[in-house]
Amino acid sequence: MQEALDLSHYAKRASDGTLGMDLAVEGVACGACINRIEGAVKKLPGVTDARLNFTNRRLHVAWADGALRPAQIISTLEKIGYRGHPFVPLRAEEEEAAEARRLTRYLAVAGFAAMNIMLLSVSVWSGNVTDITPETRDFFHWASALIALPAAAYAGQPFFKSAWRALKARTTNMDVPITIGVTLALAMSLVETANHAESAYFDSAIMLLFFLLIGRTLDHAMRRKTRAVAGNLAALKADTAHRFTGGELVSVPVAALHAGDRVLVKPGERVPADGIVMGGSSEIDESVITGETARRAVAAGAQVYAGSLNFNGSLTLKVSAAGSGTLIDEIERLLEKAASAKSRAMRLADRASRIYAPVVHATAALTAVGWLLAGASLHDALVTAIAVLIITCPCALALAIPAVQVVASGALFRAGVILNSGDAIERLAEADTVVFDKTGTLTLPEPRVVNADAIDPDLLQMAARLALSSRHPLAVALSREATSAVPFEGAVEEPGRGVRAMIGGAEARLGSPAFCGLDNVAPVPNASFIVFTHAGRVAQLAIAQALRPDAAEVVNALKALGLNLCVLSGDRCAVVSPVAAALGITLWQGELKPAEKITFIDSLKAQGRRVLMVGDGLNDAPALAEAHVSLSPISAADLTQAQADAVFLGDRLKPVLDAVVIARRARRLMKENLWFAAIYNAVAVPVAIMGMITPLIAALAMSGSSISVTLNALRARLTGARP
Amino acid sequence: MNVLVYLVPMALGLGLAGLFAFLWALRSGQYSDVDGAALRVLSDDDLESENR
Repeated sequence: MQEALDLSHYAKRASDGTLGMDLAVEGVACGACINRIEGAVKKLPGVTDARLNFTNRRLHVAWADGALRPAQIISTLEKIGYRGHPFVPLRAEEEEAAEARRLTRYLAVAGFAAMNIMLLSVSVWSGNVTDITPETRDFFHWASALIALPAAAYAGQPFFKSAWRALKARTTNMDVPITIGVTLALAMSLVETANHAESAYFDSAIMLLFFLLIGRTLDHAMRRKTRAVAGNLAALKADTAHRFTGGELVSVPVAALHAGDRVLVKPGERVPADGIVMGGSSEIDESVITGETARRAVAAGAQVYAGSLNFNGSLTLKVSAAGSGTLIDEIERLLEKAASAKSRAMRLADRASRIYAPVVHATAALTAVGWLLAGASLHDALVTAIAVLIITCPCALALAIPAVQVVASGALFRAGVILNSGDAIERLAEADTVVFDKTGTLTLPEPRVVNADAIDPDLLQMAARLALSSRHPLAVALSREATSAVPFEGAVEEPGRGVRAMIGGAEARLGSPAFCGLDNVAPVPNASFIVFTHAGRVAQLAIAQALRPDAAEVVNALKALGLNLCVLSGDRCAVVSPVAAALGITLWQGELKPAEKITFIDSLKAQGRRVLMVGDGLNDAPALAEAHVSLSPISAADLTQAQADAVFLGDRLKPVLDAVVIARRARRLMKENLWFAAIYNAVAVPVAIMGMITPLIAALAMSGSSISVTLNALRARLTGARP
Repeated sequence: MNVLVYLVPMALGLGLAGLFAFLWALRSGQYSDVDGAALRVLSDDDLESENR
């Protein structure tokens, strides 16, 4: 019987009464896909709208309530060769989309104002050296004021609000000097305009806002792009569970499970949610949870955790409340402790602004006092002091770090590293010690055939194709070796024993030694094995966790970068030791509990080390939170991924190396930019103190320094991430 | 130079018109799928539906 798939969890009612669903679509490659997908879905009965967003590979479908089952959309997509994964857009993502639209509006207004004011200002500057009449100049200045004041009040909001928040919390940030500078420049220009003065600084104030908004908008857009990809990956990972609903078995998305639901876990499937076993017995692989590679036997009454792999028997579970159970409780408790103990690393930008603001404001005050003492009028002294503030307004300084951040997170994204937290780049660059988890981090998340080289290629291919007909985890591992995805016709699976099929006139069997008619087969140490027989030929296939293909290379490259490496695993020492030896890592520990991993990281911290923790298991989550900076593979447990500062994709370990290399280069560029901004100020400030700044010089200095800082930041993407 | 009295406001008005056109395009979602828009323009589906 075909099990019904219930996707009502994902359907959301719109204001016009139709139902809508968002799907992340896999396989969208070219422009023609847009029409094929939208065309096919729109042909479904009751569908009122289907729109594919090609930028983030998402399809939105709306249909009249009751006209179709949402599962039909997925099967339609499958028929034309795409895989659709429904998801509920995260709140955070929607808020970020709204923020992005707001920032773009501010940017548009600031851009419009900056261009029009500049048009007027250039006329005034050229008129001042030729024959502009005072009336025309006043008219131009008033026109500038008319554009600048409302534009600044609107487009300056993000800076004013952030500065106000910082001041209320009795701290200071980069937005405080920006706000003071802009406000004073506008106020002084207004007074000067009213007094028919020769120069006003409306253009400087608005241009400053425009440049800063460009930086902020790009930073935000890059973060949204990575967030969208992360959201799609989460949708791809989301599994379905078999839930008992009124005596019938219904497939539901895992997100729709509630505490108290009863679910069936078939052999070869992952446990969908934390729960208690009600019936059945099986062996489960908990390597995603504890790092332990040996299987655990479970029967009625046992506690199992989401993400464990069910091996040989069917289990009936009662789902328990989210985040309950002895292990989860301990992890949560450790996480809380780690989070409260974490001293937030001070970001470079904040450190810079903490030095910058007092120095600049003191200089401006001293300038005013100095000119007064030298006998200048109060008006002239104030105008000069404000000119100092305008020329030092931290345009280059405020762009120095975001510009590098944007370019570097783009480079990381291309290297397969998705950032979760904004300041991860700076902390990654500071790391001097890397702590690896073993299972699923140094090794591949899924087991592989480890003795493939020792087996005849044609025999291995035959066994792998036969394995395609079974859901048993060992068979699934073996089937990854298959080059053809076509299973043998007439293959029969005998549950719990193996698969058989007729190949080329002879019977082939894959399964336990007894099933294949063999006895006294020597077991392989630290590996599971299955046997394949065909026409008298026998192959014994050892299946175990294998190292990531480039693990050794990456480990050596990390060492060459001067990083100390160690391995902390929850697995048995007998399994950890050969892995550490193969990679040449001398410092390793096995059989660690989550709390012991934290203790180890604390002892490293006590030695003044900055630890980069790379881990995937649920048991690594507290250690990831405790470390200075953390990475986890995309296959990691959900709770663990949420703790990591960045997530990396793929089967290779290289993204870890790339992350360190790119982050170090980015930090170097950030520092260069800060120094550049400091040097620029050191040159410009004396000129301003002497009262020789004109609006033209201010405009040139500001755009010149901003552009050079931005160009320098672009160097973060120039060279590829080579070790 | 009296011509400036109405030329400058006119220039400003044109600029404002551009600004509002951009804000309208932003609000109507024309910037939500920039890559897709570039490819959709190549599709001939709209011609087919005219013939029907």
